[in-house]
Amino acid sequence: MRRIVVLLRDAVDPSDIKVDPTTRRPAIEVAKRRIGELDKRALEEALRIREKVGGEVCTLTVGDERSKTALLEALAMGADRAYLVSVGADAWVDALTTSLLLEVALRRLSPYDLILCGEMSLDSLSSQIGPRLAELLDLPQVTYVKQLAVEGDKLRAVRDLEDADEVVQVELPAVVSVSREINEPRIPSLMSIMRAKSKPIITLDAPSLGLPREEIPRDRAIEVIGVEALRVERKRVMVKGETIEETVEKLIQHLITEGVLEG
Amino acid sequence: MPGMGVMVYSEDMDLELQLLGKGRELTDKLGGPLSAVVIGPEQRGADELIRHGADKVYSYKVSGLDLYSIETYRSALLEAVKRESPQVILIGSTKRGRELAPRIASALRTGCMTECIELEVDEGGGLLGRRLVYGGSALATERSQKKPHVATIPPRVFKRAEPSERKGEIIEMEMEPPRPRAVIVERRKKTREGGALESARVIVAAGRGFKRKEDLRLLEDLAEVLGAEIGCTRPLAADSGWLNEWIGISGHKVRPRLYIACGISGTVQHLAGIRDAQVVVSINKDEGANIFQASDYGIVGDLYTILPALTKALRRSKGKSRNPS
Repeated sequence: MRRIVVLLRDAVDPSDIKVDPTTRRPAIEVAKRRIGELDKRALEEALRIREKVGGEVCTLTVGDERSKTALLEALAMGADRAYLVSVGADAWVDALTTSLLLEVALRRLSPYDLILCGEMSLDSLSSQIGPRLAELLDLPQVTYVKQLAVEGDKLRAVRDLEDADEVVQVELPAVVSVSREINEPRIPSLMSIMRAKSKPIITLDAPSLGLPREEIPRDRAIEVIGVEALRVERKRVMVKGETIEETVEKLIQHLITEGVLEG
Repeated sequence: MPGMGVMVYSEDMDLELQLLGKGRELTDKLGGPLSAVVIGPEQRGADELIRHGADKVYSYKVSGLDLYSIETYRSALLEAVKRESPQVILIGSTKRGRELAPRIASALRTGCMTECIELEVDEGGGLLGRRLVYGGSALATERSQKKPHVATIPPRVFKRAEPSERKGEIIEMEMEPPRPRAVIVERRKKTREGGALESARVIVAAGRGFKRKEDLRLLEDLAEVLGAEIGCTRPLAADSGWLNEWIGISGHKVRPRLYIACGISGTVQHLAGIRDAQVVVSINKDEGANIFQASDYGIVGDLYTILPALTKALRRSKGKSRNPS
């Protein structure tokens, strides 16, 4: 294995989003960002492959200066170097543009043997990047992978589909997207966090990739018009009696009143 | 150059009929034909697609394991798109559809709105889609402004059109599938239990408050007296393997009349799966647990004592207690 490139999304942490109670607008700009959970597992898998067969692990992210926090975490986990395709703060880029930027950057990072990513980003709930890159780079695509093994110059992967587990064999280079089940990502030690600070974060801006800067935000295929937090309209009644028996009896009375107990 | 009309595709026939339902509505506004694509070992289903609204059906005959390869689906659908030049392409959001749609969009250098739960044409000729974002805690409105518009649609979001006797064109194609680049060496069929969850009227569900797999017995007893299905959160299925499938944004989205969450903390991802439950009850040791904010009735306490008491009381109220005390 020569080089594994892990695509990391600097994602908004959904559990850190506060909602403005009057406008129902989620405060996305101030929410914490971190490496998407599934992308982290893709990185973990890359590190495990490196431990077995050698090679180097690079990460590649489309983001801005703020993304460096997430990249430091990736370096602390064990990535050798991190590449950041910088699109400037607050520039929302859709999946089409992101994939085109990644394509150009990946051609720069060639030769590589494997591109790994998470099957879905938990903030945008979109699962486009792996398949889009397979198409753009004309590489084999293996999605929903829950087990992965390197066998010579091939990969053996178990894919998790609705109706079946599918075992596939694929030649390298390939694009592989992983599911949550694939591994449990490591937690970096204090030592490795310290060491990460001396590892390189290489910024690739649009001009350095040969792309005119103004083209990037303008060529959006998808525009986000609005985002509204979903209202949870529940009664929030806390049920409590003197004893457990009394508590459950009160609950049953509520459920009978609601008409949801059958028989 | 994108032309007119709407094209739909899903390998799941039921879902494809639902896409036709929405597709009919869109073509009424946009004009142009409504076409459907079938890719499979036998050329069938075309008549049914026409009865449910398709004006044209492209039927690609492919056999063997190649049927499951993404390259096969991609080539067939792209070929149909090239022939038809639709303005809108709707793809069923199964796992296969979710890996197919971005590939098609990428080949056509256009956008893709995934998992749309609402879809409409806007005045400027764009397509508006609404979809869940941020782990299922928010709803985004997106506008696709580049043609062809590609969107994926989950099952049961749109209704199929009423069938009627109508005429349509069937275009039968034999296809030599491209050599699959990921060779399938084995397919292990799964037994499905999720269908039961999605249609269940009552669900009792376990979270990490359960310490051992054997303790699920407490939940099974409650399920028995309630006539309920058993569900769980993702960690119990995906990490611990106690059950096969889970409820949440990445698993099953359920809509029971009664949902009892036991030892479930209430992550946004899990809550997104139970949004359509009529009544939510939760039992959790931690009074600060997020699940209480998303419940109609909450009990703070230890599920190991509350569940047996609840089961017993329900049995008694149904007059079925074998050991009346």
